[in-house]
Amino acid sequence: MAEIEAHARAGRPLSPHLQIYRVTMTMAMSIAHRITGAALYFGMILLAWWLIAAASGPNAYAKFEWFISSLIGRVVLLGYTWALLHHMLGGIRHLIWDTLHGFEPAEREMLAAATLIGSIALTIVLWAIGYLTMGGAR
Amino acid sequence: MTAPRHIVTPMRRVRGLGAARSGTRDFWHQRVTAVALVPLSIAMIVIAMSLMGRSYAAVAQILGSPLVAILVLLFVAASAYHMWIGMQEIILDYVHEDKLKLLSLMANAFFCAVAALACAFAVLKLSFGV
Repeated sequence: MAEIEAHARAGRPLSPHLQIYRVTMTMAMSIAHRITGAALYFGMILLAWWLIAAASGPNAYAKFEWFISSLIGRVVLLGYTWALLHHMLGGIRHLIWDTLHGFEPAEREMLAAATLIGSIALTIVLWAIGYLTMGGAR
Repeated sequence: MTAPRHIVTPMRRVRGLGAARSGTRDFWHQRVTAVALVPLSIAMIVIAMSLMGRSYAAVAQILGSPLVAILVLLFVAASAYHMWIGMQEIILDYVHEDKLKLLSLMANAFFCAVAALACAFAVLKLSFGV
């Protein structure tokens, strides 16, 4: 920061930030990877609530069930599902890159699209299974 | 004899640990936990989906059964470490003011430790049934 401030004071140009670049698919998925990661970070509170409620007793668990079956709870859980799947697929993409594969332009675009389409498709499939096996909204 | 081009000792250079003194440790550990979290997350989704809508007694019993409890504990441990490194990365990218950076890094460590311990304690309590 001190460096940036010194540059700004001296009136020197700074390295441009995100808003100056044309948005590309790979860029959007990179940002999405970070945002879903941060969302999952706070999603840990939901997992902790679930486990603590189950360990605390029927009353505490009933409160969790009330929340998770409410509209807000479902929206949060849907977001959690998509964030987890997107971050997982994005992570697999990064692991592929770590092996030095998938860097060609077409491959990059394909992997970025696969992350988005794959995560949305898997979310729909999982929720469809959930609703079918649990007899829909109750 | 020419003057040394920099003041870093050859030992320091060859170790290549950089300014953070930890080299690529965070990078590597983030990969190890990521690989672990792929099957563990899938297991977690299967566990959560098969428990949704079940009675309290069934949920408590299944979550406490050894195989399920071990998988949840592994998921929690790998997640806590993975999200600790990940959020640290985000903080170091965006928080530049020294005091705020230090406090954010501490808060990150506390959050991950508390989340991991809370989840682990709950699962162990269900398992040992006390």
